[in-house]
Amino acid sequence: MSAAKTLNLTLKIWRQKNGNAKGSLETYPLNDISPDSSFLEMLDILNGGLIEKGESPVTFDHDCREGICGSCSLYINGEPHGPAKLVTTCQLHMRSFQDGETIYIEPFRAKAFPVIKDLMVDRSAFDRIQHAGGYISVNTSGNTQDANSIPINKENADEAFYSAACIGCGACVAACKNASASLFVAAKVSQYALLPQGQVEAKDRVLNMVKQAEKEGFGPCSNTGACEVECPKGISIENIARMNREFLSAAISK
Amino acid sequence: MALSGLFLLIFLLQHFVINFLSVISPDTFNEVSHFMGTNPFIQFLMQPVLMFGVILHLGMGIVIELQNRNARPIKYAFNNAKANSSWMSRNMIITGIMVMLFLGLHFYDFWVPEIKTKFIDGDMSGKLAGESGFRYFTELQHKFVDPARIGIYCLAFIFLALHLLHGFQSSFQSVGFKNRKFAPTIQLLGNIYAVMIPLGFIFIALFHFINSSH
Ligand code: HEM
Ligand code: SF4
Ligand code: FES
Repeated sequence: MSAAKTLNLTLKIWRQKNGNAKGSLETYPLNDISPDSSFLEMLDILNGGLIEKGESPVTFDHDCREGICGSCSLYINGEPHGPAKLVTTCQLHMRSFQDGETIYIEPFRAKAFPVIKDLMVDRSAFDRIQHAGGYISVNTSGNTQDANSIPINKENADEAFYSAACIGCGACVAACKNASASLFVAAKVSQYALLPQGQVEAKDRVLNMVKQAEKEGFGPCSNTGACEVECPKGISIENIARMNREFLSAAISK
Repeated sequence: MALSGLFLLIFLLQHFVINFLSVISPDTFNEVSHFMGTNPFIQFLMQPVLMFGVILHLGMGIVIELQNRNARPIKYAFNNAKANSSWMSRNMIITGIMVMLFLGLHFYDFWVPEIKTKFIDGDMSGKLAGESGFRYFTELQHKFVDPARIGIYCLAFIFLALHLLHGFQSSFQSVGFKNRKFAPTIQLLGNIYAVMIPLGFIFIALFHFINSSH
């Protein structure tokens, strides 16, 4: 077994000192990268070199590095989480790139996701949308009913589970030409709308979460479908139709 | 947006059916045109509703476009949009405005002379002086002689087709009437509508052009 050939790359990375500074794309040559390393490991190697030279390392978000936390982001060669489908940036490997390739690395761009530093953006708008209704009220008095004692049909349980797979990464917003948060909000709305526990607050939930998304400055959805193609968790835009349905009926009856 | 879009889709189907009559039966076309042009319900209720629908659709289209631009003040240096969405879905404002420009011309061609004859000259007979049959078919033929005009009409229908290739299914998604079961059917119907209706209009325009130039 011969070792795979390493990659020599040219990186074009967005550098920005802080939220108010004017940023720019900077060019960094990077050699001898193993195709087996992950994209974030490649950035770690770049940063190691920058630190050795006394330069400031590139700031980027990451945590679990196994595709479950939703921390990592990055707009790589024109797509959120890079060219591979159904993976987060931390699950992307350098074998997806060619030797000699120029790779553009930009932050997720949206008015509602302001840049904090370099490639790190503030996604707390998602938290505020979640606070606006992405929960169920449960009395935790000590004799809480076991959720499993409530019968739920298999189809709804599965659908709710698929919707709940959203990790809140924001790739849907980043990909959307309108920087719309529809797929994220729809996944959160659907996850509860499909379950009996979610019914009590269903109307307020959809109205408040949609309102909060607008308030945060995400754009209106025009159904381009870019979000579902780029979502690392394969959340379907069927959720958006469900959210629209829930929203219309709540707006009319409330 | 979706409701005005759906309304326009129904209107367009109706418009197409009547126009198509001009190809299969000039007499029926004349009868229906006279009815549509003189019936008070159509003239004074449906026509204003239609105009309101078009203006609402245009206005909301522009407002939504501006909100969308505002939602991403700093653009990507490198964006590979075609990897995840169709050209049609990303350029509704362009195809829509092209259709609007065409509508201006179309109004100038048909609506303005019609209003002049009926409400300024006060001639509600639907007939030309000294002729027994209705005038609509004859007038229609006279309007389809200029090749440049035909060219513009055909081009506009191509933009309309592009607009509807995204718009049809999008409006069903917007009102929530889409799920895994219906989605393929809606997509198919949308593609048929978006291709066949504009193609039909092009056919009608060419048909009259060829017939009236001989
Ligand atoms: C007057 C010229 C027109 C303009 C400026 C225009 C503009 C637009 C725009 C910008 C959108 C996208 C809305 C969004 O991004 O959410 C749109 C959607 C749509 N348009 Fe038009 N349009 C025009 C004419 C028409 C006509 C003549 C029809 C039908 C016969 C039509 C049918 C639709 C439909 C069905 C949608 C989808 C609505 C939705 O998904 O919510 N449009 N239009
Ligand atoms: S819907 Fe998909 S792309 Fe959007 S936040 Fe959730 S996991 Fe990320
Ligand atoms: S770092 Fe957790 S999903 Fe990528």
